[in-house]
Amino acid sequence: MSETTAPAAHGATRASAGTSAAGGRTAAAPRRSLLKPLLFAAVLLLLLLVPFYVEEFWLRTGFAVFGAIVGAIGLNLLVGTTGQLSLAHAFFLAVGAISYVFVSGESGGIGVAQLSGLGLPPLIGMVVGVLLAGLAGLLFSPIAARLRGIYLGVASLSLVFIGQHVLNSWTSVTGGFNGRAAPDFELFGFTFANRDPLLFIAGVEFREAERLWYLGLVLALAAYLFARNLLRSRPGRALQTLRDSEVAASVMGVNVQRYKGRVFLVSSMYAGLSGVMYALSIGSVAPESFGLEVSIQYLAMIVLGGLGSVGGAALGAVFVSALPLVFQRYADSVPFVSSVGEGGLAAGEAARFLYGAAIVLVILFQPAGLAGLGQRFRRRGRDPGGGRATSTSSTSTETTAVPSDRPAQGSTS
Amino acid sequence: MTQFLSLLLNGISLGAMYALIALGFVIIFKASEVVSFTQGSLLLLGAYSIARLSEPIGFLPAVVVGILLTALAAFLIERLVINRLRGAPVISLAIVTIGIDIILLTELIRRIGSDILNVPHPWGSESVRIGDVGISQNRLIATGVAGVLIIAFFAAFKYSSWGVAMRASAEDGETAALMGIRLGRVSALAWIVAGALAAVAALFLVGAPTPGVSAAAYTVALRAFPAAILGGLDSTGGALVGGLLIGLAESFAAGYQDQLLFLGRGFGDVVPYVVMIAVLLVRPSGLFGTKELTRV
Repeated sequence: MSETTAPAAHGATRASAGTSAAGGRTAAAPRRSLLKPLLFAAVLLLLLLVPFYVEEFWLRTGFAVFGAIVGAIGLNLLVGTTGQLSLAHAFFLAVGAISYVFVSGESGGIGVAQLSGLGLPPLIGMVVGVLLAGLAGLLFSPIAARLRGIYLGVASLSLVFIGQHVLNSWTSVTGGFNGRAAPDFELFGFTFANRDPLLFIAGVEFREAERLWYLGLVLALAAYLFARNLLRSRPGRALQTLRDSEVAASVMGVNVQRYKGRVFLVSSMYAGLSGVMYALSIGSVAPESFGLEVSIQYLAMIVLGGLGSVGGAALGAVFVSALPLVFQRYADSVPFVSSVGEGGLAAGEAARFLYGAAIVLVILFQPAGLAGLGQRFRRRGRDPGGGRATSTSSTSTETTAVPSDRPAQGSTS
Repeated sequence: MTQFLSLLLNGISLGAMYALIALGFVIIFKASEVVSFTQGSLLLLGAYSIARLSEPIGFLPAVVVGILLTALAAFLIERLVINRLRGAPVISLAIVTIGIDIILLTELIRRIGSDILNVPHPWGSESVRIGDVGISQNRLIATGVAGVLIIAFFAAFKYSSWGVAMRASAEDGETAALMGIRLGRVSALAWIVAGALAAVAALFLVGAPTPGVSAAAYTVALRAFPAAILGGLDSTGGALVGGLLIGLAESFAAGYQDQLLFLGRGFGDVVPYVVMIAVLLVRPSGLFGTKELTRV
């Protein structure tokens, strides 16, 4: 899986690396511009072919990972690019997922609980889910825009807990403690389920997992491209300036409050989409799937990938979200990990240890994350001779991808 | 009226414990500019070690060892991780503590499992009556101990050389360093004190009326976050006020649950967060926090 998204990191860092490359090494520019689209196309082709060769477990994991990628890219825009620490991501995921289930689900009773639903087409449910998550972000943004740095981080913590409370209490919509089932996705009569219609392509039966894989691929790709282009645009640069110094940004004419509000909106819309995809991937939603732990997982993804890098976020999402699933499946062959009740580490625990340690190590030794690591190797490979000078200059441009500037953060103390 | 008084008393005692944890947050923030998300798992570590050690070595030694262990863990975190990241952005520091928290918490929860460990407090789960108002003995003692600790802390903060060094380094780290104050030592001490305070709070938080040590103690500790934030992250007095406010709000919301039923069951658990958001809307730096000024 990791090699499939490596080019993503490549693409994302071009925005920051491009300036230094253009200034220092014009010779490399034309060769790179040809190589990159080719590589991108090759990876895309590979991803398109995966369902023909790979078993269902990997396809299902893949869809969950695509969902996580969307969410991680969204959080990265907020935390990595704009420097606004948010622990509320799980809440926005929940808003998206619940809206989808409510809008597209049918009314009816499960056991004692009376559930209400609108029964609209799933596509509308997805759009509404994204929009409502955005709305939730917009409603929170007046608070968000007033708070600085760490105050925002803790204030956003409260959204998760309040959200959990609402999810558990508002039974008619959320299904309460037990949750409720998510309807299958459907696009103009084509369902993303095992039948309706039965579909064979090149002798491979296209069941739910195969269909969802393509859905996830399309959504994750769209999310990736949108974020990458956003970062290269004028608003993207404004956001980065905001992170480095709010004062400098406002002096240059960036409306600080409005941009903070907007980035919250965009990030929570990403989370909403990710939430919808989560609901589809699990097949049901329950309040306990949107606890603080989820927010922390997303934070772990973007830290591991490298704050501020879109491709890095995708890479981190692959690592963090696939790890527990893979551990669970290969519990027998991974050392120290065992199935539940056998005395060893459970899969979820092992994964938590691993990414907890990874967060600490990344921040201690490689603040630019996986994206920075990839870039460092590429630089070194390209000119082995006098590589030292350029590689140090490249690290200095890379660190702009991390909110490491003292002045920016000093304002929060 | 009786119910009101009883809730008030319970709220104050709960608030006193929140204040202890919140003080930990605040002094860590003042000394090393870190918002420590490890406080929750440190608290759980304290509670766990006290519960596990009480049987073999007796209650009082277990409490002492538990507090020391927690302080030691906090010290190690500071030395091994935080100290190496001096000058890193606040957000990275916060995230690194989240990483440490994940590791500690996962291990503790794995050990505790779904059990509820009992801490054999000598004062048991009896309650005392003051007039018509009842309160568990555990909570009463907690209020007393917390009161003494808080007074001692403020005295130390004001008069001891550590307190002076700490306030100086919070005011202006560079100047303090030039004056010969060893910032590393100040920060390490702050972490030790915060760890010890968390362990003391843990000792009482897992006593009556709470059944014992379970994974839920962690979420209780998280509720001290609103306390620290709404008082103002860099104000020790604010932590005290914030802790009491949160304790009272939670106690009243839980006590008058029947009148608040339209807000859903268990509203008392989230009321600290609601209060925090309400306060932050009006005062973005908390009640007593320093307003952030920007000089251009």
